[in-house]
Amino acid sequence: MCESCGCGDPNLVPVDLQQRILSDNERTAAHNRHHFVDRGLLAINVMGSPGAGKTAILEATSRALDGGRLIGALAGDLATDNDARRLGAAGIRAESITTGSACHLDAAMVHHALHRLPWTDLDYLFIENVGNLVCPAVYDLGQAANVVVLAVTEGEDKPLKYPVMFHKADLVLISKIDLLPHLPDISVDRIVDALRRVMPDPRYFTLSARTGEGIDDWVTWLREQERMAASGAYAMAIGGGRLV
Amino acid sequence: MHEYSIVQALYDSVMTQAAARGALSVHGVSVRIGELSGVDPGLLDTAWRTFRVHTMCESAPMEVAVVPAKWACRDCAAEVARGRILRCPACGGSVRLTQGDEILLERIVMEVA
Repeated sequence: MCESCGCGDPNLVPVDLQQRILSDNERTAAHNRHHFVDRGLLAINVMGSPGAGKTAILEATSRALDGGRLIGALAGDLATDNDARRLGAAGIRAESITTGSACHLDAAMVHHALHRLPWTDLDYLFIENVGNLVCPAVYDLGQAANVVVLAVTEGEDKPLKYPVMFHKADLVLISKIDLLPHLPDISVDRIVDALRRVMPDPRYFTLSARTGEGIDDWVTWLREQERMAASGAYAMAIGGGRLV
Repeated sequence: MHEYSIVQALYDSVMTQAAARGALSVHGVSVRIGELSGVDPGLLDTAWRTFRVHTMCESAPMEVAVVPAKWACRDCAAEVARGRILRCPACGGSVRLTQGDEILLERIVMEVA
């Protein structure tokens, strides 16, 4: 019996569901996450605006992460493989995910692309998402942590304008701080104030891929996360939602 | 504009449910979208209107319930108003989102034989 409009049509049936619309993506993301946890591989989803400095930070990260660590990357890009080539030149095992018109990566794209990497041998996997502060925030990829890169040149109120992206961030990298002397109207304190209004207890580092300032803090954080991944701490956290 | 991929997933779910019940057509879908889900209700509706053409859902309107974001203290449950620093104003405790990130299919109205 139709209960929704009162028309009384016995052939109209309401079906109540409460079903997560992105449950297929979530299942694939959980599958990816199990792969990563089984192998003790630290997977990081790196997001941010086009030009925020995601690739430059990963190049600097490769230089700074010593100790024979094997780093892999999947670089999401609408039309080119420029980022993957840059990362490859920096010593990272990188493959491109060319999305065409799609504005984000999803868990299935990551799963397919993993097969092009020697991913079972990796210590770190950076998934460099498509440059975009909106769409990538919606899709779980199976990562251990979301890292959002925010360049000081983007303005102080970006976190307030894109609250979903920053709410999903486990760590924010405030990048291009070498440019601060040329940006008298930009205050890192005001950027952090904006973060505190969209992220509970935000974690952030300020850094410059160009000068290397602050890269040590980020690499120290990564090594801590890698130790957790290798020790199975992330396996314990699965099912509990946030992993960091 | 990821709303088209959301609608693709929504459509697939609706068709799975419709097939399971031998539906002849779909007369309406209801979804619940959180303010901080990253999904724009207007764009979602536009995507649905485009997507449903020449399908079993052609005459099915989408009803969107928007869920406002709410933050509350993990310790004392005091609410924190939108736009404020996300720290409990009452006890200083840590704060979490209690609603507003939903992307849910709630109801389908379908015609069965």
